[in-house]
Amino acid sequence: MQSVHVRSTINGQPAEFLCEARQSLLEVLRDVLRLTGTKEGCNDGNCGACTVDMDGRIVPACLVLGVEADGARITTVEGIADTAALHPIQSAFLEGAALQCGVCTPGFIMAAKALLDRNTDPTEDEIRLWLANNLCRCTGYDKIVRSVQAAAACQRQETAS
Amino acid sequence: MSAATIHSAPAGATAGQSVGGSGSRDYEPNMVLATQTFDVVGSRPVRHDGTDKVTGRAVYGADVALPGTLHGTILRSPHAHARIRSIDTSKAAAMEGVLAVVTAGDLPAAEDKLVDVGEGDTRLSYVHGNVLAKDKVLYQGHAVAAVAATNPHVAEQAAKAIAVDYEVLPCSMTAPEAMSAEAELLHDDLCTTELGERTDKVSNIADHFHWTLGDVDEGFPRSDVVVERTFDTATVHQGYIEPHNVTALWNHDGRLHLWCSTQGAFVVRDVTSKILEIPVSSIRVTPTEIGGGFGGKIPVYMEPVAALLSKKSGRPVKILMSREDVFLGTGPTAGTHSRVKIGATSDGKIQAMEAELAYEAGAYPGSFVTPGGMCVFAAYECANISVEGYDVVVNKPSCAAYRAPGAPQAAFAAEQVIDEVAREIGMDPVAFRLQNAAKEGTRRVDGPKFRRIGCEEVLEAVRDHPHYQAPLDGPNKGRGVAVGFWFNVGLESSCTLNVNTNGTVNLVEGSTDIGGTRTSIAMQAAEVLGIPAEDILPEVVDTDSVGFTSVTGGSRTTFATGWAAHDAAQKIVTEMKARAAKLWSVDADQVEHAKGTYSSNGNNATFQELAAQASRTGGPVSATATVKPRGVGGSFAANIVDVQVDPETGKVDIVRFTAIQDVGKAVHPSYVEGQMQGGSVQGIGWALNEEYFMGADGTMKNGTLLDYRMPTALDLPMIDTCIVEVANPGHPFGVRGVGEANIVPPLPAIANAIHDAVGARMQRLPMNPPAVWSALSES
Repeated sequence: MQSVHVRSTINGQPAEFLCEARQSLLEVLRDVLRLTGTKEGCNDGNCGACTVDMDGRIVPACLVLGVEADGARITTVEGIADTAALHPIQSAFLEGAALQCGVCTPGFIMAAKALLDRNTDPTEDEIRLWLANNLCRCTGYDKIVRSVQAAAACQRQETAS
Repeated sequence: MSAATIHSAPAGATAGQSVGGSGSRDYEPNMVLATQTFDVVGSRPVRHDGTDKVTGRAVYGADVALPGTLHGTILRSPHAHARIRSIDTSKAAAMEGVLAVVTAGDLPAAEDKLVDVGEGDTRLSYVHGNVLAKDKVLYQGHAVAAVAATNPHVAEQAAKAIAVDYEVLPCSMTAPEAMSAEAELLHDDLCTTELGERTDKVSNIADHFHWTLGDVDEGFPRSDVVVERTFDTATVHQGYIEPHNVTALWNHDGRLHLWCSTQGAFVVRDVTSKILEIPVSSIRVTPTEIGGGFGGKIPVYMEPVAALLSKKSGRPVKILMSREDVFLGTGPTAGTHSRVKIGATSDGKIQAMEAELAYEAGAYPGSFVTPGGMCVFAAYECANISVEGYDVVVNKPSCAAYRAPGAPQAAFAAEQVIDEVAREIGMDPVAFRLQNAAKEGTRRVDGPKFRRIGCEEVLEAVRDHPHYQAPLDGPNKGRGVAVGFWFNVGLESSCTLNVNTNGTVNLVEGSTDIGGTRTSIAMQAAEVLGIPAEDILPEVVDTDSVGFTSVTGGSRTTFATGWAAHDAAQKIVTEMKARAAKLWSVDADQVEHAKGTYSSNGNNATFQELAAQASRTGGPVSATATVKPRGVGGSFAANIVDVQVDPETGKVDIVRFTAIQDVGKAVHPSYVEGQMQGGSVQGIGWALNEEYFMGADGTMKNGTLLDYRMPTALDLPMIDTCIVEVANPGHPFGVRGVGEANIVPPLPAIANAIHDAVGARMQRLPMNPPAVWSALSES
């Protein structure tokens, strides 16, 4: 099968790669670019473990073709902490015990980040609705929801100060 | 309870701040009823592996990539029951990019002997037959052949090119069907073990047991109220988000290295060794990070297959299951049919309890009906008990353990009948349970007498909880309670501590960390050494690098591997006393240790100071401990749940949920709360939505995460917790284990809440909208 030359921006850096037309963005991230932080849970868009940001929208990378990344800006879980510190959502997940096995965590963090980028003070119901695309089997979601609230509070405080 | 002190959660994300959207609350959503306190044990440090897991750096099984890796695919049966007439792999083998093909014929012939598969023994031929089917396929999804190719797409195409000629046979999908005289036999060599004796009767009933205590025929006539009902539960899956995976490299030196997501690296090593007939010493298993297990990642499925593909191709081979493969080829837990009868006098004293449990084992024996029988009436003291169990093979995937395996289905039956008896007598259901609660010295129907347990304390915590006291408002709302038990296990663990010159300690252990156990183990070593948890650096290593360690299962890891860490730390303290004695020219027994400071005759040195001088006092400081603990402490859990039922659709909403559990000692309360919350929500899913929806031909119709509906964040309220600590006298810190008992009570508690709301007694799981709507139409 012929490969396609794709130019995109991944985690702020220009990224060029060859991929087969049938390969999903998830395969490209994991197998071609070795960005394995994005996880596969179902490969049919129902678990949210492969959630990434694509041009400001969150998408399940398993339902996007690698070739569709041409010209797009992609952000994965590897790209949200800055050199000195974790992203506030990452810190909140750690301090709030919001992960157990951790395999759904990258997807939840990407989804939660997208929510807080849009809404700095979401209600519990808004958080639960927004995160309903992401499955977690370990936590029962309680500590995830509380950690997103804690991260929102932390970000609001940072903005105010 | 009066002796307990209430420790609030710290400020921060786990704190009991009022939560928007769930109403104002005047109580602590996560409370700890602590009875003894320590310095490190009971605190809430950030887990050692946390940063790797929030940044995407943690290496899970699917992330392993060796140079030159081939990709494997497993061909699975499309039929629930069929004879394999022939398999033709020639087309697949000839395809470009295909480097190896294997079938059951490539496995060594299985000797008929018993093998330890993690939480008990089974016949090697069953494990063998499940890895790759020989003459027959016994369920849809049964592995038949495997291919390794240069990329996963080629492997998939090649697997499709394998021609299997099947003779389709009639299938039995439930225990009652498979137990009938007309049922097609799954195994022509499976003879029923009847009351402990192996018979020569070939049938689908692998085991029939009958335990009695006293005489129920004396107890029932004495009863003023007797309630008897039958119950059915659907097959459900553990539902971990990470599919199974393995990478195998059978090196040219004859050593096999496996990287996989497993709850027990040593089990993978030992079972693979028996299947492939190679010594355990020639296999090294590296347990990667694991994306959930719940018991479902104890069995060996693909490891021997990937090994054979690697041997044939001379290359590393990686196999990843698809989500559909996970549903069809792994897990699940038993669907069940049961009958429970309970009698009590009008003063609220239970006189007799009887249960008959028939559990579906799936394709091979091992339905976990035995633990179901051990747990079904464990919460009660009663003189007359009868429990019968049947382990029945059916044409579904071979059952794996699932969090307190066997107990939730039994509790679904028993705890509803208890609720009904209490109502008929006119007693509060918690008061009725308390009056009959098991306690230290209570004899269980399966034989043992309870040591110190927390059943009464858990029920008292339910009774006194603000949730139980709160009024219910509005129509179609109801409240249910239920209690559940899991006995927990001990098994074997190893741990090594190596002291660094700056006073930190590397901790080496072999228990796969599924929910923060690196930290809960490290905290126990830190407590003994008198240093911060952060100064211990825990690492889960491969089977070449640590002593034998049993599975992460049975709620044993914090209990047993934590105990090994405790013992190793005690050895370090003894060694540090000797080092201090050398420095101060005194006898070692004159050196005292308290909270990390060593002293003798006016001399003082911290652990860090002694560590820095190790080279001058005798060299590296290191200690190893192994344990096989006897003092396992069972755990009781209870729920208070409020539901709202929509009478027009039958949809049930959980509006408030409180999980209460005796954990002995919560080493890391946040992670204990997480276990309680997670187990509760798995129970909620099991109760309300989840099932293998099977067609008449025995094939699964809902093998995706869209159609097999697990709870989402939107389906749930906050899950409040109440940690009860009744110290286990068998453990240095009183730990019992927390992982499992919490999934037991949700099924019946929700059923009891539905009954309270709308008067319908739910005898079948799942209690999804059609089922509840039908029950409402009938009542």
